[in-house]
Formats: sequence, C-alpha cells, structure tokens
Amino acid sequence: MAERMQICNLSENNFEQCTKCSICTTVCPVAAVTTDYPGPKQAGPDGERYRLKDPAYYDKMLKLCLNCKRCEVACPSGVHIADIIQHARMRAGEGKRASLRDTMLANTDLLGTVANLVAPVANVTLGLKPTKMVMHSVMAIDKHRTFPAYSRMKFETWFKRHAAEHQAAYANQVSYFHGCYVNYNFPKLGQDLVKLLNAVGYGVNLLDKEQCCGVALIANGLYKQAKRQARVNAASLRQAVNMDHRTVLTTSSSCTFNLRDEYPSMLGVDTSDVRDSIMLATRFIYRLVDDEKIKLVFKQDYKRRIAYHTACHMQRMGWQLFSIEMMRMIPGLDLQVLDQECCGISGTYGFKRENYERSQAIGATLFKNIADAKVEAVATDCETCKWQIEMSTGLPVENPISVLADALDVDATRRANGL
Amino acid sequence: MAKSKSVCNFAPKLIESIGFATLKTSFMVTDNIYKNEYDVIIIGGGATGAGTARDCALRGLKVLLVERNDYSTGATGRNHGLMHSGARYAVTDGESASECISENMILRRIARHCVEETDGLFITLPEDDLGYQRTFVDACERAGIRADIIDPEEARRIEPAVNPELIGAVRVPDASIDPFRLTVANLLDARLHGADTLNYHEVEGMIVNQNRIEGVKLLNKLTGEHVEVRGRVVVNACGIWGQRIAEMAGAKISMFPARGALLIFGHRVNNMVINRCRKPANADILVPDDTVCVIGTTSDRIPIETVDDMRVTREEVDVLLKEGVKIAPSLATTRIIRAYAGVRPLVASDDDPSGRSISRGIVCLDHAKRDGLEGFITITGGKMMTYRLMGEIATNAVCAKLGNTAPCVTATQPLPGSEDDTLDQRDMSKRYSFGQRAAIGRHGSLAARIEKENDIDNALVCECEGVTVGEIKYAVHQLHVHNLVNLRRRTRVGMGTCQGKLCSCRAASLMGEFRHDVKGAQADLAAFLDERWKGMRPVAWGDTLREAQLTAAIYEGLCGLDQVVDRTGKEDVQ
Repeated sequence: MAERMQICNLSENNFEQCTKCSICTTVCPVAAVTTDYPGPKQAGPDGERYRLKDPAYYDKMLKLCLNCKRCEVACPSGVHIADIIQHARMRAGEGKRASLRDTMLANTDLLGTVANLVAPVANVTLGLKPTKMVMHSVMAIDKHRTFPAYSRMKFETWFKRHAAEHQAAYANQVSYFHGCYVNYNFPKLGQDLVKLLNAVGYGVNLLDKEQCCGVALIANGLYKQAKRQARVNAASLRQAVNMDHRTVLTTSSSCTFNLRDEYPSMLGVDTSDVRDSIMLATRFIYRLVDDEKIKLVFKQDYKRRIAYHTACHMQRMGWQLFSIEMMRMIPGLDLQVLDQECCGISGTYGFKRENYERSQAIGATLFKNIADAKVEAVATDCETCKWQIEMSTGLPVENPISVLADALDVDATRRANGL
Repeated sequence: MAKSKSVCNFAPKLIESIGFATLKTSFMVTDNIYKNEYDVIIIGGGATGAGTARDCALRGLKVLLVERNDYSTGATGRNHGLMHSGARYAVTDGESASECISENMILRRIARHCVEETDGLFITLPEDDLGYQRTFVDACERAGIRADIIDPEEARRIEPAVNPELIGAVRVPDASIDPFRLTVANLLDARLHGADTLNYHEVEGMIVNQNRIEGVKLLNKLTGEHVEVRGRVVVNACGIWGQRIAEMAGAKISMFPARGALLIFGHRVNNMVINRCRKPANADILVPDDTVCVIGTTSDRIPIETVDDMRVTREEVDVLLKEGVKIAPSLATTRIIRAYAGVRPLVASDDDPSGRSISRGIVCLDHAKRDGLEGFITITGGKMMTYRLMGEIATNAVCAKLGNTAPCVTATQPLPGSEDDTLDQRDMSKRYSFGQRAAIGRHGSLAARIEKENDIDNALVCECEGVTVGEIKYAVHQLHVHNLVNLRRRTRVGMGTCQGKLCSCRAASLMGEFRHDVKGAQADLAAFLDERWKGMRPVAWGDTLREAQLTAAIYEGLCGLDQVVDRTGKEDVQ
C-alpha cells in the first residue's frame, strides 16, 4: 500500500462507509408506513452516488423524510444519513421560493410576535372550524390540526417584569435559551425552570439576543433566513459561554439539537466551541444532583402515573436517560418509559395537509402504547411531540422540567440548598 | 454457470410474453441457426464484432455472430470507458488521433444513450514539463481536435476534484462511454436487421476446404453440443484471442498483448475526464463512468499464454494509487470497490518481418491476399472507441468479397436507444421514479420496453444502481441473459458499492422464477458472488473489506449458500 493512503474512506458526507446493511431502513418511521418513500439508505448514501453524477437524479420523495435522525442512531457505520438527505433537499431547493404555507409554518417567532398581540382573538380564530377549513383548503394546513394556543404575555416580558431583578442574587448563574414555544405559547415551562433553578441556588439569564433556532426554517427550505438567525444565536451563545462563563440551558430537545449539531452540519455555522456548554436543563439538573452539588426535596403528597416518550432528536443526542433518571428521583412518580417510537409530527411536517395521514400512521404504535400504559399524563422533551400526542391521545403532555417543578417542595428545597 | 437444462426450462407462457418478436433469444432458435448458411460469420462478441455484425446486417448480408463467453467480456468490457477525443494520441500517433476525433463526433450522434459528454482536461503538474503543453496543443490542432488552453484557476473551478497544484490545463472533447451498452445496442440493431447472434458458443475449429474457409466448428457451452455452421466469409474479430483463431484457419498473426490494470472508486470524485499532459504513462487518466470513476491504466507486455489471467496484482494497485492521487488527491481517501485488468490487442506490423514494430492503429487483414486463404478476414488492433470504423473497414472487405455494393450507414443511423434526443433527466424527474430514470439513462429510448405498470415492476432489485424488477425482466427476455454476470453487464446489477450483497439474491430469485430452476439459480448466485469477490480482493481493505465480510456473513453464515451449492468442478466461463 502506498504510504499514508487509503487509511480511511472519508468523503465529505462519509456515505462511503455505508455497507448497505439496511438497518436504517428498518428503523425509518416513514418507510414503515409508505412505499412512496425509498427509505434512508436509498434516499441517502445510494441516492447520493447518483446525485454526484447528475443532480437531476434528485428524488422528489425525499421531502417525505422527517429528519428524525433515527437512521443515524441505528447506523453501525456512523453514516450521517439524515444529513445527506437534508443536504440533497437543500441543494435541490436552491433558488426556489418556499410556499406561503411553508414560510408561515417556518417563521414560528414572527407568527408568535403577531399572535401574542392579539392572543385571545388569534386563539379563538385559529380554533374555529371555518378558519380551519380555509387553512386546510387554501393553505394546505391540515384541518385536524390546532395551532398551539398563544400566550397573552411573552415569556421574555414576564421574565423582565417579574424575575430578572432577583436573579443576580444567586451564587451560580446560567443562561436560558427558551425557544419560540416557551416565549409565545407556553411561558409556564420557562417559569417552571426559573422556579426550579432559583430553588437550588442558580440565577437565570436570558441571552443577549435570542432568535428562533431555525429548526422549522431548515425543514421548510428557508436556509438563508435560518443561517442569518443561526449567526445571531451563535454570537449570543458565545457571549454567554465564553465571556460570561455560563452554561446555556434549554427545555426543547429539537432547539438543542439544532443549536449543537445542525448549525454546523446543515447551515455551516460553527458552534463547536460552545457545543459542550449547551444542554437540556434535565441533563444539567440530573448531573448537579448526581454530583451532590444540589439537593431536591419533593412534596410528601405527590402521586402521579406518567409515561415518558423519547423524542427523536432526544434519542439522537442520547439524552433521554437524563430526563428519565431525573424524573425517577421523584418518590411519588410512577414513571412508565415507553418504547422509542416516532410520534409522526416532526415539527411542521404533520401540519401539512399532504402529510397528515402519514403522520398519524407513523404515530399509531406510540398512541396505542400510551393508551395501554394507563397513565394520567405523558412527559416528553419536545413541544411538537406534545401537540401531536395531546391531539392524538387526549392526554395532557408535560415537559419533564414542569413535572419536576410540580413535584418540588420549593421552600424545603431552598432550605436544603442553604438559601 | 447455469447449465443447459435450466436454460431450456423456460415456461412457454414466458416465451409468449417476450413480445418483441424480432429479438429472439438464442435458445429458441439455435437449431435453425445451426442449419442456416450465412453470408458472413463473425467471431467475437466485443464492440468490434458487434459493430461489424451491425454494419454487415445493415448492408443486407445474412449474419451470424458467435461469442465464446458473454458479449463484451474481453477488452471491450475491460477498459476505461473513455471516449477519447484523440488528444491522448495526438503527439505520438496522429493517425489514431484523427480516427478518434472523427469517431468521437459520430458516437455522440449515433450512441447518445451510451455517451456522457463530460469533456476532458489535460493537466500539467509541477513535476511535468509545461513546454509539452504547446507540443500537445499543436498536435491536437493538426489532428483536428479542439484543444483550448485554460487557466489553472478555471480548471479548478470547472473540475473541483483536480489536483489544485496544477500549473496548466487544456480542455478537450473527451467523454465517457459505456462499452457494455454500446455493444448490446450494436447487437440489438444487428438482430433487428436479421442477424443471428450466439453467446457461449466457442469456435473449436474452422471448416476448411482446400484453401477456403467455409464455416466454423462450434461448441455450445450451454449444452455441450458440437455443431458446424457454414458461412461464405468468416471474420475474426477476437481481439487478443484473434491469434488463436487465425491459427485454427492456418494463418499466422503476431499479437503483442499489453495488459492494463484499473481501479474503480465507489462514487464519482470527478465529472470531467482528467488526463496528464505528458507522454502517455501509467495511471494518467481518471474517467467518470456512470456512478463511479476509474483510474488507469498500467501497461505491461505479457506473454500471449497468460491473456486469460485477469488477476490484478498488489504492485499494480500501488502504482495506480500512487499516480492516481496526483490527478485527484481525494482518491487517497475514496473507497475503491474493485480492480480489474484488460489486454490491448496490439498487432505486429505486416511490413516488419522481425515482428518488433507494433501498429497501434486498425489492422484489417484479408488472408486471401496475405496467406492465400479465401473467405477469411481478420480485423484487429484499434480501440474500443474506433469499433465502428473497424466494423466499417471489415464490412467493406467482406462486401468486396461478396460483391455487395451497399454503402455503409453506421455513421449516421442512430443505434437502438439513441433515436430519441428528447430524453433529458431534468424533464423526467417529475414523471418517473429514480429507478425508471436510471433505466432511461442506461437504455435510452429502449427503456420504454421496461414494464413499469405496477409496484412490483418498479421495485428496486439493485438499490445502488437503481435497477428495477421491470428492467431485469426486460434484460432477461430481450438481451441474451443466461446468468447473473450477463445480467450485470446489461443492467449494472451488482456494480454498485455493495457489489451484489443486496441485489444478487433478489436477481437470482427472479432468474430462478423465470426459469423454474431454483438449484441453477443458487449455483449462479454463488458463482456471481465469487466473481464479485475476485475484483474486490486486490483492494480488500477498509470499508470494502467490511462490505465483503458482511456479504460473506449473510450468504455463508446466515443463508448457508456454501452448503447448498456444489462448487466442485464448477465451470468458469468468465
């Protein structure tokens, strides 16, 4: 062998390492419910060879990919299958304009800002049957879907008015990337986190400038905008991590995965220097307890039976263990850990009329397992999984942080941590 | 190899469904063929033989082509797949260069579905003499080859895979061509014009009557049958094996086998042909072929006795890699899926009794004039890409003997599959699936004959290369497929990075179904996997080795293929 040659077969997207074992296709939630989608192996490594020959070999069925990354988790050869598929979609979409529907779905923060102003009206209107029918037929947003209710007050506003001034008093400081859902729809989750962290002696700070992480923009082909927002966020993350020496906590698995991994791989925005300091709050809290740096004290009378659903991006990061083990610290909680199944929503995917049936077919096993688990609520780290499971099972879905905050005896915890 | 029994076991129903009546499969009509008397019998099913058969048939002759193995198993299927602009030969052999550019332009018209118009670069690296570039461009101009000197920066832009250190670049009209498709298209057209073609028929001897060749003695390798077929003229188009055929007829030709080894990479790193702008040497051409790219070749004179040994050595692999990375540095980390070798049929010039002077051009020998042997013509030398011209020259010689005055039309009449110039990938992406588009890429307008009405027909057999069940059916029924290796040459089944791991069992199962012969299909499957491994072995490291180990684990460990197939005494016809 010629010297130093052929030590590894690593091209840009490492698809050469694929040995065609097809394990990825067996775990693909889309391939399981439709023959229209060729499956990750065909759409990824196999298709890429043809696309290198001629980009016109792009298969329009690639849009059926959920980007759930389950293929990447399963791949024994470490091939970034979903990245290959997303990149192919990105190249195929270059120069094309996203539809009004996709632009609207993707711009979660713009929509949120407008909707917050008129929240009561917006919530009622979006829930009305005629509105839904119009959206279904004109905008191709499926009539079965209800947009998550918008909050009257943004989380950021609440934080500035009611929490910001107390934070400096704490010995330890963290930053919080709240994401669009917490900001516009569900500030309670952010409030729960602040309550929790304050109780164990941590002050919470917002980032200098936070924009939507852009996960929906990427999924809907608005890459330029995604890149712009990623740069703003990357600068804020750097300020928090490198200058203020704070860990950046999150409460959404998809935002987290996007900031840490999709920014560099999909958008070419390097966040590797701050990657290790961005993490889900459940992981942060679990580690603090595990290292005996903090103590949690729970309500004596707390008693609930909850099922935990592992969101796909959570599985990709391998962090479900932190959320599960953190909740298992709650004495009164009977936690049922569900098999890892995709719920089918995949962010904005399931909102689209053409995907609705497929989306529900994908989630069917999960919904059945939840029904069989006989629980009063479901916990998961992803807000879109929450919407899907709430719609499809009728059960309330909570973030593990809210579950923890709900079970926590705040005063006792403060005392236990010397506050 | 599937034996005759399996071949004859086709269900009658299936024979009816073949449909396209003029494309008779050989097993149905061998008895008639054996009884026929032909104007011309062409020996050799490479590009030259196929091109000669097509030309003869188009001029109204009654033609039989015989091939001892499968079509395009010799040098035709064992080269770069490069459609030379002729630039490569411009400095050293102006005549070959002129032939190349003229044929290059013709093939773009008549064989568009076999050709990809990539263009080529001749690059000068810091270790090369930039002064040669001028000599080169001047020689190209003399031969009528367009050669534009371009800025190295421009070269890096249009072909990002090129060695960025380059100090000079010339753009020429090189292209990529699929020799398997080309040969099949010529055979199809010959058959459409009444020719008969037989593969797996080996010439055992000539029918000689005094000083006249009157036909050939054949061994049907599928049935073991010995037959004689008569023809007024016999054309020897056997490439390097032509020396042996000539000996059977009692004529002597001195061939100089020049062996060349090549490496296939798992995917394309380049989309243009890249050559070194210097005197031709080892591993100085990188060609994008379909989904892969191929670096080659070495060049070694070998004894004529060893021309059937196509194993690639470690030293050859080393040379190819060492030189290859100078053309495109990414080859150092790109997965190699196979190595293969072929033998160029170089011929001693007739005017040099020492036999040392070698002609690189086309050699057409009328043995009546040369050796006093009537009815026998040898067409050899040349290159895969001048096959049409060789066919024309040989057919002219045949026609002169038979008094046929029909003109040659092969330079203007498109080959089957290339009649339609509207097939553009970009238009098709909306209407056709990936597999259907891959098939159109391979078969051109003939892809219309591939069934695609239901999900089964559209299901992929070979996922790497996008071969559907419909395409397999088409190939088996209409393109002379007797075994999986034949099927591979017609469709690219098993040519992708997994080298048959996923597709070969599916394809074998379809073949077994078509022929109602499970045992035969199992044996064929084992032989096919062995054949794939043969090419992987010289480059079996890294991911290619992992791939091979997984294949072995599936077929031997899981399926127990080695338990059900008796491989002792297996006939190796490859």
